[in-house]
Amino acid sequence: MNNAVLHVSEVQKSFGGLRALTDIELQVEKGKTHAIIGPNGAGKSTLLNVCIGRLPPDSGTVTFDGHLITGRPPYEINQLGVARVFQTPEIFPDLSLLQNVMVPAFAKRDGTFRMSALSSLEKETDLRDEAEKLLEDVGLLQFYAKLASSLSRGDKRRLELAMCLIQHPKLLLLDEPTAGMSRHDTNRTIDLLKQIKERGMTKVIIEHDMHVVFSLADRISVLAQGKIIAEGTPDEVRGSPRVQEAYLGGAH
Amino acid sequence: MVKKVIQKIRKAAISDPDFEVSTRQLPPRGPETKPMTPVDKDWIAIVAFTIIILAMPWWLQPLGAAYPDLMQKFAIYGIFALGFNLLFGLTGYLSFGHAAFLGVGSYAAVWSFKLFTMNIIPAVLFAMLVAGVLAVVIGFISLRRSGIYFSILTLALAQMCYNLAYSVLTPITNGETGLRVLRDDPRYLDAAFGTEHQGVLLGSLFGERMVGYPGFYLCAALLIIAFYIALRIMRSPYGMMLRAIKSNQNRMIYTGFNPRPYMLTIFIISGMYAGLAGALLAITDPLAGAERMQWTASGEVVLMTILGGAGTISGPILGAAIIKYFENIFSALNDSALASAFSFLPHSVQEFVVTILSPFVGEGWHLTLGLLFMVIVIFLPGGIMEGIRRTYRFLRGHGRGSKSQTDLQAAE
Ligand SMILES: Nc1ncnc2c1ncn2[C@@H]1O[C@H](COP(=O)(O)OP(=O)(O)OP(=O)(O)O)[C@@H](O)[C@H]1O
Ligand SMILES: [Mg+2]
Repeated sequence: MNNAVLHVSEVQKSFGGLRALTDIELQVEKGKTHAIIGPNGAGKSTLLNVCIGRLPPDSGTVTFDGHLITGRPPYEINQLGVARVFQTPEIFPDLSLLQNVMVPAFAKRDGTFRMSALSSLEKETDLRDEAEKLLEDVGLLQFYAKLASSLSRGDKRRLELAMCLIQHPKLLLLDEPTAGMSRHDTNRTIDLLKQIKERGMTKVIIEHDMHVVFSLADRISVLAQGKIIAEGTPDEVRGSPRVQEAYLGGAH
Repeated sequence: MVKKVIQKIRKAAISDPDFEVSTRQLPPRGPETKPMTPVDKDWIAIVAFTIIILAMPWWLQPLGAAYPDLMQKFAIYGIFALGFNLLFGLTGYLSFGHAAFLGVGSYAAVWSFKLFTMNIIPAVLFAMLVAGVLAVVIGFISLRRSGIYFSILTLALAQMCYNLAYSVLTPITNGETGLRVLRDDPRYLDAAFGTEHQGVLLGSLFGERMVGYPGFYLCAALLIIAFYIALRIMRSPYGMMLRAIKSNQNRMIYTGFNPRPYMLTIFIISGMYAGLAGALLAITDPLAGAERMQWTASGEVVLMTILGGAGTISGPILGAAIIKYFENIFSALNDSALASAFSFLPHSVQEFVVTILSPFVGEGWHLTLGLLFMVIVIFLPGGIMEGIRRTYRFLRGHGRGSKSQTDLQAAE
């Protein structure tokens, strides 16, 4: 697969005696949506942490878009085009929704640091329009002036999604993007993610909700106890007895 | 009269752009509503602030504080607190060593008087430069940590500066005696231009000596400029990034920002504000001593900022003025002053009241300040500005309040 945007190779990660990730191999093709499923504590979030530079792997490498990104600081990895929605929403609780979405837009435009101390925020009408557009996409525009801390958990996640999308990342990592959302909002988020796919954005999505997984994923990897136990198209995975036993049959 | 003053302070608060700091937002656009944009509000804030500061000699009269020496202290410590708050209020990093920059600014200004000229412009610039350089060093080291460790590192480094000033660096600082301007200092620039100095040596600007009212107006003018710049910083994209760092540094990193240069630059700006304040202390009284760098002075600016309201633009200035007022006016009150204040009471009651109150004035002013600080921190964590804000909301009636309440609930 030469078309791989993200290539995780032989990654190992232990926490003390706990082997959280063992010999992980993962290739995500450009423009595709790759789902990672698995029971609680399987190591799914840890895998994403390794991909964005939050945790260094004990061994192995992660390559993104031709760049070796293991060992590089998270902000550089983001600037290369990787954005992530976290399992527990990481937003700016003390800023308004609009500001929450504008901050990542500045990162995209101005890079890791820019000292624009004497220019006025009010003059950034282009970024503001873009931010409003994204808030509208995720259905939060009417609350644009509210503090982000006042949102519910599901709304925070939609906000975080808007914060990632405004950066037009090449690779979007989603850690349970619909957890805590109502059915209505979940469907809405699925639609939004489908739209993004049409624009060619590559996605890795961790999800427990099989409805979401099967309506979005092109490929699925199944992770259990730090190992990838199956990988394939949704139909292949659905049919695999090992997966049935390890995951689908048990929890759901 | 006091009522009038309170009214004025209230007005200042209303035009304070950060008056609604927690709900600060970009304005809604569109033709249907045309509210004042923050840009318009900023101009009102600056004009109102300028008027209030320049009119201090009038409205401070009834409070007994309308003399230039004290008013210039208000302005100088206002600048110091304003700069401190740019760091603490925006980023949440609590520096406990800001007095180092104040002290170094004073030394640098006096050296400029000794070596170059009694003109204050080089003194101010030199002081800000030296304070800025020191801020690079201290910031570079202490910004490797955050939270309490950052505070302790800044405290330790500032105490180091203080101790150095008394020991190894005595050739530069003149140790305990303090650094002063002498008649036979070289003053190369003044010598080159043949400027003569008569009488006591004082900092001067185009021949005007900076004592009394000129001194006050100089400090006031610089305070207004400092206020304007601080406002611009708070309003800029850069200011928003700093708030974002305070709000969630993790998100900042995964959003593509490197927080280090942001933190270092604001630390330097904040240090330069302190350097400017230190220079003004030396300009209005050309003597610099190391006690200005002691940790108590660092603590004082923390108190000023928290008392007034961290993160607000005018809170720290108000806090600085209140603390300096207590230090200078309250500390001068004695039993006879109290007795005359309560002379309208029957003699025995008067004596009783005076006995009760006397521990709180004069030498005991620290006690009053401590109590005030306690009350503020417990009941108004947002400082006096929050008190003003709440009073303002209360006066505008509950109707508006409950409406925004339902807005909030709708969001949830
Ligand atoms: N920073 C850490 N330090 C120590 N242990 C950790 C750390 N992060 C994760 N773990 C452990 O590693 C294992 C895998 O955790 P991880 O969060 O990756 O699971 P997950 O698949 O995302 O589960 P969930 O579905 O509950 O989110 C768990 O046992 C967890 O306790
Ligand atoms: Mg997880």
